Amino acid sequence: MISTLEIQAKRPPFSLEKLEQVQGVIKQFPDGREKSAILSVLHIAEEEFGGWLSPETMDYVAGLLNIQSIEVYEVATFYTMFNLEPTGKFVFEVCRTGPCMLVGSDDIIEYIKNKLGISKVGETSADGMFTLKTAECLGACGYGPMLQCGKVYHEHLTPAKIDVLMDEYRAKYLAENNKN
Amino acid sequence: MGRKLLLEHIDVPGIETYDVYRNHGGYSSVEKALKSMSPQEVVEQVQKSALKGRGGAGFPTGMKWSFLAKPEGVPRYLVCNADESEPGTFKDRFLMEKLPHLMVEGMITSSYALGANTAYIYIRGEYMFVSDILEKAIAEAYAKGWLGKNILGSGFDLDLYVAPGGGAYICGEETALLESLEGKRGNPRMKPPFPAIKGLYGCPTVVNNVESICTVVPIVNIGADEFLKIGTEKSSGTKLISACGNLVRPGVYEIELGMSVEEFIYGDDWCRGIANGKKIKALIPGGSSVPILPAHLITKTAAGEDRFMSYESLSDGGFASGSMLGSGGFIVFDEDQCIVRNTWNFARFYAHESCGQCSPCREGTSWMEKVLRRIENGEGNMRDIDLLADINKKIEGNTICPLGDAAAWPVAAAIRHFREEFEWHITHPQDAVKGNYGLLKSPELILQ
Repeated sequence: MISTLEIQAKRPPFSLEKLEQVQGVIKQFPDGREKSAILSVLHIAEEEFGGWLSPETMDYVAGLLNIQSIEVYEVATFYTMFNLEPTGKFVFEVCRTGPCMLVGSDDIIEYIKNKLGISKVGETSADGMFTLKTAECLGACGYGPMLQCGKVYHEHLTPAKIDVLMDEYRAKYLAENNKN
Repeated sequence: MGRKLLLEHIDVPGIETYDVYRNHGGYSSVEKALKSMSPQEVVEQVQKSALKGRGGAGFPTGMKWSFLAKPEGVPRYLVCNADESEPGTFKDRFLMEKLPHLMVEGMITSSYALGANTAYIYIRGEYMFVSDILEKAIAEAYAKGWLGKNILGSGFDLDLYVAPGGGAYICGEETALLESLEGKRGNPRMKPPFPAIKGLYGCPTVVNNVESICTVVPIVNIGADEFLKIGTEKSSGTKLISACGNLVRPGVYEIELGMSVEEFIYGDDWCRGIANGKKIKALIPGGSSVPILPAHLITKTAAGEDRFMSYESLSDGGFASGSMLGSGGFIVFDEDQCIVRNTWNFARFYAHESCGQCSPCREGTSWMEKVLRRIENGEGNMRDIDLLADINKKIEGNTICPLGDAAAWPVAAAIRHFREEFEWHITHPQDAVKGNYGLLKSPELILQ
């Protein structure tokens, strides 16, 4: 059992810039309705704290919005976009719903799985770079098969396109890390 | 090609920017409404236009507006439902991505009509890149005086915000959307009270689909009388259709309601027929929740009349031999596609997306998914088909929101029209696992 103090100590504080962003979101809603900002703030928190929501992160968000931690947990677990466990550097979410299936999403999922050397959807490649997930309809039905990575939709996928995509993401990560 | 009300300037370079949009007549509906019409007159125009809600249910937008309660001293809200998640539907994304200022303009004109001084665009979380586009357009609109205090000197104030979802199909249901906007799980509310009486934060609220709100712009600009001349008697105006599946040219098209289904699927200006020279096997005309139509009921009704792209013609024959225009998510299946596999896929979708609040839906959708999966995998038995029908009956009408019905109807329709394909999966388990029913079955059965 972790003590409250320990949780406090582990609280991931937002940068000043992010705190201002959070304040901006809260102001969009009437006084006393800070809770309305929760989804926006969870998106910001996930992006800021390594791509997933730890219990500590959720507690921190609860504090920012003046609500109980449980209110954050119940929201974070309801909406599918939030990762409640650590992921790879990049998460590929491949749409698996009907219209994408009609144009070959099953093959794309299989291809990525094999390429990453993982045994099932949800796993991360051994180098920690890519996590493969599936998603329900992402609203790109006319442009499938498709996947979402962060904010970006990659559409009209083919195996060759996936090869290029992975190289690009890997190169991007290495470039950013070398810079640091 | 037919008349375009929404996508008239879609090909103009830079139309997503304020200046270009404005130079092509953008924001004229706001000028017209705020300078020369009372809010009530705008409501009356929308009522007279007979615009049916473009999100899927087809409830008349003007009627919804007329229900809005107006108690003294209580704020009213307009909330745009941009939680587009119905499989097969990607038209709202297209509108917001390509014409963000049309969305903003529609929100201003509609908010004026409803007397709302705060409005939200609740957009599905996955469309984050679209949110960015909208935020930019909203900032431009504020800078140019179309949003904020005393717009055009009319005394009307409006603040407009974009609020993202977090990934939940159910939040497309308007009361679940409001719960989500209040920062809660997206569990639909019991109705009544309807949002028009008690909506966001308990205040009177109108929730409208993106395309509905955008269509208010041309209705105000050209007037309801002119709008009524487009389309059919029962389906006025134009509609965006997002066409997908096995088509030569999938994409978003604006049609005049009432054009022929055959022309839409095969016409050069439209989808250009079935991809790879194949034949059509089935069609889901209005998003995954509406009944599937087998080949012989697509371009003709059961009575042998031509089928048209309109609310009344697509539903001709009821659920026995018709379907619905729904959201305009037009999903085409070629002759190689397996109906059982597709039905299972959609059942999995609904099981995944059920919010879990009502047991008939929570349990029923997962149960249907399991039964369909075993049939698809060659492990089913004949009683499973009746079992599916039985589960269906127990979900339908027994839930707070329509997600249960939306999950049940497609399964019922697939069995109704393709029962022999389900039976074949059960009698030929070895072949069923190999996958493609369409390739193995005689074409007469599939294409009749």
